[in-house]
Amino acid sequence: MTQATKTYTPEDMAEYARRARVRILEPVQHAGGRHVGGPFSAADMLAALYFGVMNVDPDNPTWEDRDRFVLSKGHSSIALYTMLALRGYFPVEELLTFDSINSRLQGHPDMTVTPGVDMSSGSLGLGFAGALGIALGGKADGKDFTTYVMLGDGECNEGIVWEGAHVAARYGLDNIVAIVDFNKLQQTGWVGNTFHERISPYLGDALADRWRAFEWHVVEVDGHDIPAFLAAVEEAKAIEGKPVVIIAHTIKGKGVSFMEGDYRWHSKVPNDEQYAQAMEELGETEGGAA
Amino acid sequence: MTTMTMGKPLRVAMGEKIAEMAETDKRLVVLDGDTAVSTRTDIFQEAHPERFFQTGIAEMNMLGMGAGMATVGDLIPIVSTFSAFIASRAHDSIRVLIAQPKLNVKLMSGYSGLLAGMTGKTHLLFDDIPIMRAMANMVVVCPVDEVETRSALEAIIAYDGPVYFRLNRGNTPIIFGDDYKFELGKAVNVRAGDDVTVFATGVHTARALEAAEALANDGIDVNLVHVPTVKPLDVDTIVAEAKKTGLVLTTEEGTIIGGLGGAIAETLGELAPMPVRRHGLQDVFGESGPDGALLDKYGISAEHVAAAIKEFVAAQE
Repeated sequence: MTQATKTYTPEDMAEYARRARVRILEPVQHAGGRHVGGPFSAADMLAALYFGVMNVDPDNPTWEDRDRFVLSKGHSSIALYTMLALRGYFPVEELLTFDSINSRLQGHPDMTVTPGVDMSSGSLGLGFAGALGIALGGKADGKDFTTYVMLGDGECNEGIVWEGAHVAARYGLDNIVAIVDFNKLQQTGWVGNTFHERISPYLGDALADRWRAFEWHVVEVDGHDIPAFLAAVEEAKAIEGKPVVIIAHTIKGKGVSFMEGDYRWHSKVPNDEQYAQAMEELGETEGGAA
Repeated sequence: MTTMTMGKPLRVAMGEKIAEMAETDKRLVVLDGDTAVSTRTDIFQEAHPERFFQTGIAEMNMLGMGAGMATVGDLIPIVSTFSAFIASRAHDSIRVLIAQPKLNVKLMSGYSGLLAGMTGKTHLLFDDIPIMRAMANMVVVCPVDEVETRSALEAIIAYDGPVYFRLNRGNTPIIFGDDYKFELGKAVNVRAGDDVTVFATGVHTARALEAAEALANDGIDVNLVHVPTVKPLDVDTIVAEAKKTGLVLTTEEGTIIGGLGGAIAETLGELAPMPVRRHGLQDVFGESGPDGALLDKYGISAEHVAAAIKEFVAAQE
């Protein structure tokens, strides 16, 4: 039982990432007032993970030997839901129920209701701890699955991240791959020279240096370059005896020109004109992705 | 006052029991927050080193890792450190990753209550029962002695879901015989009486029992009910035992705000209104000191329990 009934090319993954961005924007528009920037910066990597990397079976989401994925930056949940839907865990039409009452698609991931969600998350940093427990449990239980966990750069403000980073190194957890979606912006962030300029929470090599200081192997990559990201994952999986973090340099709001790099699109609903322009830029002039 | 046979600290009984259970139950793993030599999960560590995981002095992460481990195979993580660092420090990890998903993690809360050995305000958490009781999906169990600790551990491992298990530091009187069998969610009458119903939980029940025996000499016949499972509360037994006397006093080694006393008062207020008096730790923080001095200063020794019952009964006349 592996994913490989069909193999996907990096071009296929890029197309799924494009469709995902369209599908992300639809329920955001529908539900009103939810996250956009973070889901867009993560979309290419999620497409690569779900269509090119992870050994999963959408028809059997609790298969115990599956690779695990934890979206520790849980406020980007719509990006995960979209990828799960495109991968076949549940109908894409269900995405429009996002954040609605009684929906399986909660504002932040809930493992008790959504097929394919391996760990609840949303209180930042906790998903990372859960993912480390999954990886340690995999070792304790003699399993050889890989656990992938995606954090935000803003999330790395949380002290619990560094609690876990220390413990993971002590156990040489080489069955976990952490990915930091390093889009350089957080919700409010750190004011730069002018009021609407925001500077990265981690300047220069500060983020990579932190992980190295905690004895993690660091791989840096362009998080929107799918072939490069796939190669980074392969490098990560080949490392033995220590945990690996992929620091993925990304652009918040990637894919829509007026959202890119603007912290105000962390959580904002486009007006009709902006929505039309965004859909056009995403290659959806008729609206509605396949 | 009467003298009961002194038994082991509950922490020791716990360490020995989980080590013994793990001989045959390969699902059990222990995560320790660098307190194993105090909380006595080091007994498990020595017996089963491959299933003992030191996670350092990092409790929020430890509780989260426990949740993650519980999702793999049929592992049952037993996560252990001092009470304050579970119920207070790691509260968010428990709430989001253990309680809401109802994962099968057992929280071993060591050094609970007032008598945590010369530690003071940081390590003395008086409100752990209210905190954990208020959390949806959480089961709260407070055994009284080593016999009940062993039996209750079997029950909570058999139960599929999160449990907060409250343990103490010092030697503890034995009130139950070896044939006693703990039932999850059941309160148990440990001394039948006609005048006033006293509800107690945890190791403090032994003090309440000592108080009850002493009061018999004063002509007060105490109906004492031990409530080891504070949540879910055994509502039927609570109401029935309360109605036997029409007069209720609760006593506990924990805050009177929202703890066992709170739970009993809520229940009787809705189902069987009657005079209720809550006895226990007041709205205060703790401090360092020897056990006897702490019991005296904070007013929860057996003598204090007896005096509280006597005063309460007298006030009804």
